[in-house]
Amino acid sequence: MKTVNQKAWWLVLPVVICVAFSAVLPLMTVVNYSVQDIISPTRHVFVGTEWFAAVLRDEELHGALWRQLGFSFAVLAVEIPLGIALALAMPASGWKASAVLVVVALSLLIPWNVVGTIWQIYGRADIGLLGYALTQLGFNYNYTGKPLDAWLTVLVMDVWHWTPLVALLAYAGLRSIPDAYYQAARIDGASKLAVFRYIQLPKMRGVLMIAVLLRFMDSFMIYTEPFVLTGGGPGNSTTFLSQYLTQKAVGQFDVGPAAAFSLIYFLIILLLCFVLYNWMLRVGSGETEAPHA
Amino acid sequence: MARIDLDLAHAYRPNPRRDDDYALLPLKMHFDDGGAYALLGPSGCGKTTMLNLISGLLTPSQGHVKFDGRDVTGSTPQQRNIAQVFQFPVIYDTMTVAQNLAFPLRNRRVADERIRQRVGRIAEMLELSAQLDQRAAGLAADAKQKISLGRGLVREDVSAVLFDEPLTVIDPHLKWQLRRKLKQIHQELKLTLVYVTHDQVEALTFADQVVVMTRGRTVQIGSAEELFERPSHTFVGHFIGSPGMNFLAARWDGQAVEVAGHRLRIATDAAPLAAAGEFTLGVRPEYVSLTEAGDPTALPAQVVQLQDVGTYRLLTARVGEQMLRARLDPELPASGRGDRVWLKVTGAHTCYYGRDDRLLASADQPAVEQAR
Repeated sequence: MKTVNQKAWWLVLPVVICVAFSAVLPLMTVVNYSVQDIISPTRHVFVGTEWFAAVLRDEELHGALWRQLGFSFAVLAVEIPLGIALALAMPASGWKASAVLVVVALSLLIPWNVVGTIWQIYGRADIGLLGYALTQLGFNYNYTGKPLDAWLTVLVMDVWHWTPLVALLAYAGLRSIPDAYYQAARIDGASKLAVFRYIQLPKMRGVLMIAVLLRFMDSFMIYTEPFVLTGGGPGNSTTFLSQYLTQKAVGQFDVGPAAAFSLIYFLIILLLCFVLYNWMLRVGSGETEAPHA
Repeated sequence: MARIDLDLAHAYRPNPRRDDDYALLPLKMHFDDGGAYALLGPSGCGKTTMLNLISGLLTPSQGHVKFDGRDVTGSTPQQRNIAQVFQFPVIYDTMTVAQNLAFPLRNRRVADERIRQRVGRIAEMLELSAQLDQRAAGLAADAKQKISLGRGLVREDVSAVLFDEPLTVIDPHLKWQLRRKLKQIHQELKLTLVYVTHDQVEALTFADQVVVMTRGRTVQIGSAEELFERPSHTFVGHFIGSPGMNFLAARWDGQAVEVAGHRLRIATDAAPLAAAGEFTLGVRPEYVSLTEAGDPTALPAQVVQLQDVGTYRLLTARVGEQMLRARLDPELPASGRGDRVWLKVTGAHTCYYGRDDRLLASADQPAVEQAR
């Protein structure tokens, strides 16, 4: 017979308190706001799911969501292949490897708003090197006036800032492949492409999965860079979800709709990560590949 | 299939000066077309280096490699058309067993029909037929190593198949089976096989010719019998056999061989011994036997230990300052610790080594008995 001492629950109490203060209570506050119309600090009315319905019907939000999805997938489509290519090109050992690692990792140390400011100045046609060069080359580049230019500038900024992370992860994956695999591939007469396809890529699967998830979540929450560059403009061309949320919550002080949207935002990220993770797991294990005789 | 000629040396660091800088000291040897060879030696003796030099994974820092008289020193493994199996299984995770086996053929654009045939055949030989459509990643280590072996054997036109301790990860009972299978494949396909191992049993059962190596040097090339009966270097005597050869310091006193102050009659031409003055007497424990007191080919010794090892008894005895071991028939009456016995050490199987550890002389009549 085991003796059961219910007093042991007290030992869990510190954790419960910590988690309650740091996660549960703030989340519940948001849930609370999302079902009420706060008219003033002392007057509020219970409105049920009204804010959720309103937010889901909001055209502006739909626009922001599609822009956001487009942006996040563009980020992945550029950063993952570029990061892998970078990792493959990096030297494997010796002082060169250390030097390259440091150089590659540099951009990761720069805070978001500084990156935004760097590119904001860099892209200006009057004093920025990039803007000036493009203008002189005959491109009518202007991120404050042309939506596409602004969108592309934010994308390039993100690629510049975060591709090194993907490269470092991929590099770590590559270094963990034993030499025997490369030797066996040479004996088997495998081409460089086959080595990449059948050895390097499968062995990098784990780290690439982490890279995709990290970059996806991070880019899905992008805020600072477009805020510094154009504040979400021109028009609403770089108004992504965070931007939209901030405008609602802090700009207009519509706490109810903003809270409702926060919850929806959270669920979207959760859902997409879940789908992405399972999809990659399945692709990696090759169950989608046709059997071969 | 090809005859392989090596005339080379290899060092991993530039500008080797001392012998220690070399992974493989200058050597000259050849592997006959269709032969089964084993490279045998302790870890770090240069056997894997030699294998990688043959396959082309390494380029020798000096000298050259020839296949059928053609210089292939600068050629890649693919150009040399070599198959090589490594110590630990290498499999392509995303492929099935069949795709893994077909990979070397597919890379060489062999026709599909032919690939199917070869893969089927090899899978049957290695008893992998049932798993052909399974993904290779999920299999046990020994099945994975069988796939690696299969990839090494799937091409029939290879110059040679090289094995780098391929059975390390395999269970003992399966090891025995696979070794026999390899031998069988060798007889069927008449491929040149080179097999690296540090296990003497593996080497002696697998190969027609065993190359014994130590510290970057090949010390003897020969059949199992030659290595056993007439080791040309004390290292071979010591490394091969279980336990290894007994060595006793000896000298020529003008008329006879003297060991630990005791004169012995020998069955060998005495001239090289007389010329050397001081030398080492080597005799395998299998050829040391109990004899009556005063036998002119025997030494008086004091028993230190007598171990029963199943099919034989291992006697350890002290001769002066030196130890002597003998494999004795378990039927003989046991002698106890401290007993005085006479052990016969000179005879048809006794070898003599100079100060450079090389064979000076041995009884030249062929071995009659095989006491193993």
